[in-house]
Amino acid sequence: MAATIVTITSGKGGVGKTTATANLGVALASMGLRVVCIDADIGLRNLDVVMGLENRIVYDFVDVVEGRCKLRQAMIRDKRLENLYLIPAAQTRDKTAVSPQDMVRLGNELREDFDWVLVDSPAGIERGFRNAIAPADAVLIVTNPEVSAVRDADRIIGLIEAEEKGPGRLILNRVKPEMVKRGDMLATEDILDVLAIELIGIVPEDEKVTVATNQGVPIALDPRTRAGSAFRNIARRLTGEEVPFENMDDHDGFFGRISRLMRAGGEG
Amino acid sequence: MSFFEKVGLRRSRSADSAKERLQLVLVHDRAGISPGKLSALKDDLIDVISRHLEIDTENVEITFTREREQQRLVADIPLAPTHRRRRVAP
Repeated sequence: MAATIVTITSGKGGVGKTTATANLGVALASMGLRVVCIDADIGLRNLDVVMGLENRIVYDFVDVVEGRCKLRQAMIRDKRLENLYLIPAAQTRDKTAVSPQDMVRLGNELREDFDWVLVDSPAGIERGFRNAIAPADAVLIVTNPEVSAVRDADRIIGLIEAEEKGPGRLILNRVKPEMVKRGDMLATEDILDVLAIELIGIVPEDEKVTVATNQGVPIALDPRTRAGSAFRNIARRLTGEEVPFENMDDHDGFFGRISRLMRAGGEG
Repeated sequence: MSFFEKVGLRRSRSADSAKERLQLVLVHDRAGISPGKLSALKDDLIDVISRHLEIDTENVEITFTREREQQRLVADIPLAPTHRRRRVAP
């Protein structure tokens, strides 16, 4: 079976594209699927450190494009999952070293040997983004529940539709249920209402993600963590499985419920 | 901040203003026109129509709608309240 190529993008930087790519890679590979993650952020390579594979890099993606090595030679096998690979970005070049056609060619070459090809897009809407979405069969847009990130996501959704890569699905990352409950953070429904896009997953803010990134061990390796389990659920939805969305309210305890009752009474 | 907000009994609801501001800014982003330019367009429109009709300039509303690929500029231009019109049978 030929691979599906999924590009993970966002517009705004720092919302969790790389974290999402690494964790979806881990989650899909844990399901026994053959996965390769491509870092398309040329010049600002990071997927390697998030996956903990930075010490194994010999060749990169630009070396493949420019014929200095074979595709196989640039593929780094994951330390823990034998059916997960990374193709790192070049660190000393820029986005113009690769064209959208190069990406399509590379994607097609990988299709035969994998079930999933995940492309980690750079931030922005320029060349790097165009490169990243060129080979995509599907696009995932990562955003945070913040005005600036949602605005940029809307711009990206428009561009993806214009490129006929749409409609795309949304990963809402770094949600703080407590703040949503207080009315101080955009709720999932608000964001979906504004963006008019299908949701594929909600990832709660989780300090363990920072710890995991510090160690180069993607959080999805540990399904007991909230963020790890959220990423695993996204991976399952990606494969077509129907997984109910996590109810962020599940985590409020006795006091949360009491204060909500009081609030309802106070406002009614 | 009210007493109830301070003690956490009433929400400050900054998320509501986030949503409202987002919706406004996205109208302009999606249409590719800045708020200033849209307001200039509105003024021009009022000028042109006023040459032919007496309109209620205070309540003119210019909005965008989007259905799939098709974007639409919608102008709601009420006639002046003093303007007497004969009622037409439906």
